[in-house]
Amino acid sequence: MIEFHLDSRSGVAPYLQLIQQVRHALRLGLLREGDQLPTVKDAVARLAINPNTVLKAYRELEYEGLAAARPGVGTFVTRTLSDASLPAHGPLRQDLRRWLARARQAGLDDESIEALFMSTFRAAAGEDVA
Amino acid sequence: MTAALHTQDLGKRYRGRWALRGCTLTVPPGRVAGLVGPNGAGKSTLLQLAVGLLRPSAGTVEVLGGPPAHDPEQLARVGYVAQDTPVYAALSVREHLRFGAWLNPRWDNELAGRRIAQLDLDPGQRAGKLSGGQRAQLALTLALAKRPGLLILDEPVASLDPLARREFLRHLMEAVAEHEVSVLLSSHLVTDLERVCDYLIVLAAGHVQVTGEVEQLLATHHRLTGPRRDPAAMPGGQQVIEASHTDRQSTLIVRSEGPIHDPAWTVGQLSLEDVVLAYMGQANCAGQASRSGLEAVR
Repeated sequence: MIEFHLDSRSGVAPYLQLIQQVRHALRLGLLREGDQLPTVKDAVARLAINPNTVLKAYRELEYEGLAAARPGVGTFVTRTLSDASLPAHGPLRQDLRRWLARARQAGLDDESIEALFMSTFRAAAGEDVA
Repeated sequence: MTAALHTQDLGKRYRGRWALRGCTLTVPPGRVAGLVGPNGAGKSTLLQLAVGLLRPSAGTVEVLGGPPAHDPEQLARVGYVAQDTPVYAALSVREHLRFGAWLNPRWDNELAGRRIAQLDLDPGQRAGKLSGGQRAQLALTLALAKRPGLLILDEPVASLDPLARREFLRHLMEAVAEHEVSVLLSSHLVTDLERVCDYLIVLAAGHVQVTGEVEQLLATHHRLTGPRRDPAAMPGGQQVIEASHTDRQSTLIVRSEGPIHDPAWTVGQLSLEDVVLAYMGQANCAGQASRSGLEAVR
């Protein structure tokens, strides 16, 4: 069982935060197939949020095939999100480290590096969509 | 499905002054609807009209498909917690429950007893000796044990400290999850309601400024910043709620169903509070404009 939390300053919609936390827990192996998610009542009582927010998150998880509701019992994890890309993380991190070192050598400070990364990331994401 | 609350051109006049005017809105069932507005906006007036404590001076109001407080059946279907969560100071917690059981045909004694135990309230304690947070919880217990279809709360957390406020909202949301009750609650602070409401009504200067699903409101309002521009020259479908300018830059808050394509604008996200404040500001400007208009007539 996991416990939900909400970051009110993140700007991410609460139901999306709940979905992200479930996915995150699945990736880290904190949740496995067959595990129960917090009941709507428990989640609501813990976070003081609208029940529809939790229901919406769970519906979305069901739609993605990650969870299934058992009427009168609760919502259960139906699939594990073992990350197949995990072996690739190491080399990618190496590349990124090298890139960061080059950026610093070129005189960029933290803020400029972040701005450059995010604007490139967004532009690339935009091209993929278009 | 029958609306939790439906008003048509509803108005209330106290002597010569309209506290609420031309109010037309529909709150669908099963929602937690927030009624937000500055002090004196007409929030309590609207809620009291919905409960049946006030009669309209104009227009109509219906709750759960019928006129408020029309008959005992209708009275039993609506729970109401007035401002400052009043209780009888001289009566004990236990006596409050007995009183509630005696007055309400659908009283759920098991629920009332369970909640009092859960809250760790001493049944023998006089209500006058309870803390503000405990008093609010007792008032909520009484309203919930009625098993209403619609629960109306007037500024329930305004006088509570942050911890008691959170506790109160937690219990309220738990009850919503458990009993499928529609809720209408007011606050002058939108931050109190942000997490709990899925429907919003903004009231200012006696008029409804905007109403709708919270998600829809967030998705259709944008902050645009860019080179200075006349807000009157915006394309159709983009309604300017608020505009401010420097000699070079314009910052607009805009309502638009579709995405903003104009590359001259940097489009930013708005919080619910930003949206509400923009509408309140608009109401304020409109009020000043109409007053100065009157001056000119004189």
